Amino acid sequence: MRMWVIVLLLLGAASPAYADRRTDAKDQLEFGITVAERGLWKEAIYRWEKAVEIDPSYGAAWNNLGIGYEQLGRFDDARRAYEKAMEVDPDNSYIRNNYDLFREIYDRQNRRRDR
Amino acid sequence: MTARTAAGIVSLVAGIGLAGCSSFYEIGVDIPIQAKIDVSSFQRVLVAGFLTGGAKAIDANTETARLLRSQLRSKQDMRVIDSDVLSLIDEVDRQKGRPPSTTPDSDPNGKTEADLESYEQIFSDTAYWKKIGAEFQGPLIVTGSVMFNEVQKSGMVSRPTSVANDQGMEEFRSVKTYSDMKGYAITPKFVFIDGRTGVQLFSETYHEETLYPSSQNTPALSSYFELMDKVLPSFLNTLSSQRIRGTRMLLK
Repeated sequence: MRMWVIVLLLLGAASPAYADRRTDAKDQLEFGITVAERGLWKEAIYRWEKAVEIDPSYGAAWNNLGIGYEQLGRFDDARRAYEKAMEVDPDNSYIRNNYDLFREIYDRQNRRRDR
Repeated sequence: MTARTAAGIVSLVAGIGLAGCSSFYEIGVDIPIQAKIDVSSFQRVLVAGFLTGGAKAIDANTETARLLRSQLRSKQDMRVIDSDVLSLIDEVDRQKGRPPSTTPDSDPNGKTEADLESYEQIFSDTAYWKKIGAEFQGPLIVTGSVMFNEVQKSGMVSRPTSVANDQGMEEFRSVKTYSDMKGYAITPKFVFIDGRTGVQLFSETYHEETLYPSSQNTPALSSYFELMDKVLPSFLNTLSSQRIRGTRMLLK
């Protein structure tokens, strides 16, 4: 019983700062989704860059950033963003699936060239 | 508060977190792929001909030239020159003073990959390509080599198999079985040459393979087109920018 109380107190003490950060990052991320759905990809990327700046452990934001970079043809940036997304959220099958689709295009672009 | 209640709160928090992770939006993407070389200074393109080897079930030189010409005609802006398809193997043989290549009937297996390598020197023969270019007012020249081989493989393959379940209903399951497979492999190399100078601008090699159960009789020409279909988008992307449409999952 005592142990549970300590755990809850620790969670309570640590979570406000984390929760604030995640809430701010989530606001940016959601706004990014809204503008991306309207085709405003540069604005969306700006928002998702903000989101990962606020909370670098936000896998969804890295994933969305990867999609945004891909849409603009910034493939090296997209690869880094997707790989960061998988690093912080390794079990997320949506991120893995997006990454696999991206790699098909990325690898084709970088296919063996003799010259 | 009991330990049970605390555990319940923790698992609820974890559950909300997990639910949050699975919130997604499918969005369409339209991805720009830049052309691999700048061909803005060319108004015309000549698909000259190819070194070919492997199975002689098809005339890979003529088929490749025809296919690329038709694709270039419909999918990019340069004017495609109609001309006879060059036999580069004969040209190399002629330059080296060798007798012309054996006739198709007497050499059913065609040239090997090693044979073709000895002929590839023609791609760096600037004088030859400059001469060809001069005949057609300095176009972009597309040439290269095509190895088209029969392949046979054996191993475990997954096949959907119909089985009756406990209720006697038919359902399909993936069952691994040992199988003999046969098919074709293609290794095309595309070489792009500046017809004004004879200098090679870019080259790219691909490899594709398709296999069927050995009981299935698939014509070589069908396999050739099936394999070239996989290569064509990237070939066209060498000369012109393309856009690839797809979907991705945005996450919350």
